[in-house]
Amino acid sequence: MKLPVYLDNHATTPLDPRVLQAMLPYFTEKFGNAASRNHSFGWEAEEAVEKARKQIADLIGAHPKEIIFTSGATESNNLAIKGVFQMYAEKGNHIITAATEHKAVLDTCKHLEQEGARVTYLPLKGDGLIDLDMLREAITDKTILVSIMYANNEIGVVQPVAEIGRICKERGVLFHTDAVQAAGKIPVDVNRDGVHLLSLSGHKIYGPKGVGALYVRRKGPRVQVTAQMDGGGHERGMRSGTLNVPGIVGLGEACEIARLEMDQEMARAGELRDYLKNRFLTELDEVFINGSMEHRLPHNLNISFAYVEGESLLMGINDIAVSSGSACTSATLEPSYVLKALGLGDDLAHTSIRFGIGRFNTREEVEYSANRLIEVVKKLRELSPLYEMVKEGIDLSKVQWTAH
Amino acid sequence: MAYSNKVLDHYNNPRNVGSLDKSDPNVGTGMVGAPECGDVMKLQIKVNGAGIIEDAKFKTFGCGSAIASSSLATEMLKGKTVDEALAIRNTELVSELSLPPVKIHCSVLAEDAIKAAIADYKKKTGAPAEAAAQVH
Repeated sequence: MKLPVYLDNHATTPLDPRVLQAMLPYFTEKFGNAASRNHSFGWEAEEAVEKARKQIADLIGAHPKEIIFTSGATESNNLAIKGVFQMYAEKGNHIITAATEHKAVLDTCKHLEQEGARVTYLPLKGDGLIDLDMLREAITDKTILVSIMYANNEIGVVQPVAEIGRICKERGVLFHTDAVQAAGKIPVDVNRDGVHLLSLSGHKIYGPKGVGALYVRRKGPRVQVTAQMDGGGHERGMRSGTLNVPGIVGLGEACEIARLEMDQEMARAGELRDYLKNRFLTELDEVFINGSMEHRLPHNLNISFAYVEGESLLMGINDIAVSSGSACTSATLEPSYVLKALGLGDDLAHTSIRFGIGRFNTREEVEYSANRLIEVVKKLRELSPLYEMVKEGIDLSKVQWTAH
Repeated sequence: MAYSNKVLDHYNNPRNVGSLDKSDPNVGTGMVGAPECGDVMKLQIKVNGAGIIEDAKFKTFGCGSAIASSSLATEMLKGKTVDEALAIRNTELVSELSLPPVKIHCSVLAEDAIKAAIADYKKKTGAPAEAAAQVH
């Protein structure tokens, strides 16, 4: 087993060697510009791009013509939300999203508020799911877009996307979903789910960084977005810029591998995740799982080890790569806004760790990680005045703390 | 984030972890911070008849720098008189541990914990608790 162990597969994933092999020729001998229409270099590149477009479309049940290539999901989210806001300005200015969305959605919405958008940020239930009745009530005749992520990047909670799609259809509102964490991991189907726009990213599914896609529905209804960059009018005029052919080939190959191997791969990841979870629950007390276990990505675990501060825990397991919702690990010194939106107190948010099991993790690595985590949590609890007080029967919520 | 070797050393081998008997009249206990801020330090001193701190113990919930700051503080306290202990400043912890600017609050908290423990000791022994009012 090679150290350190990488269990942060929600942040990014390693490139699958098969993806790399598919990409390599497009850096050197097949270097053509896919927009060059008058020679074989261009045709070769275009052919590769169209193959990738189909591979991506097949993963999400779309038509290849509905796939727009971008530089990644941040751009896809920006293009979807800003593009709809501008394209449908005559219809209304109201956007509905949720408090636990990725910053690429939340900050885009914040930006649009300065340009006259009205945005509703739906609160979440304690299990991390949105309340569908609240969504129904939030829709007005000015609502043009609902943007709710498919699965959350911190807690892995999977939203009832098909029901959201149905509500949006009934009310004649467009539905965008950030499916970065879900596509390639669980079955996603834009028709079954009633999705109009969908963002996905290469590097979360063992493809390259710097490439992503936006699905834009072509029929029933035909959706359009206003381009956010001016230029050569590539991608049906919605996204100008010379196509990143090697990246696109990699994204396509990554989608095809994910589609063909998803069932088997995610069953294995789910087993390893459950092993990890069960080890913590049986060998440690005072551990709490954040977010619904039932509606969750199979490879995600987000768990709070109460009374052990997250950053000190990460320091103790420096040969295991995971991330923490602790304030000390973020630039803002604020604990995870996702966990806070679940109603979790800052004290538990500070003690949370996110695990993301990936395609290349072995059982040995997961066992090693469980052992190390349990050992370090026990050691740090020996050091924790809070754990000592709780063991003495003191109710921490009744203590007068000297907040600084 | 890269930690200094001194921080890593105190984190990996914390000195003087544990608890002293709170009810002992020669023991002063200071508890500062709050769970929602991500740091709580408990620091205790035991003062002998000659007014010398003969033992110091800590327990800390917090990041590695907070653990290191309190561990180092207990080392510095031992053998000092109460008045000498009151003169310890957070800047000494910062330079000894090479704390980066975002971790200076950890050293401030350790200084507060020292002052709180001494104030508690003085309250028990009836000495004027002039240090108790020092709050950040």
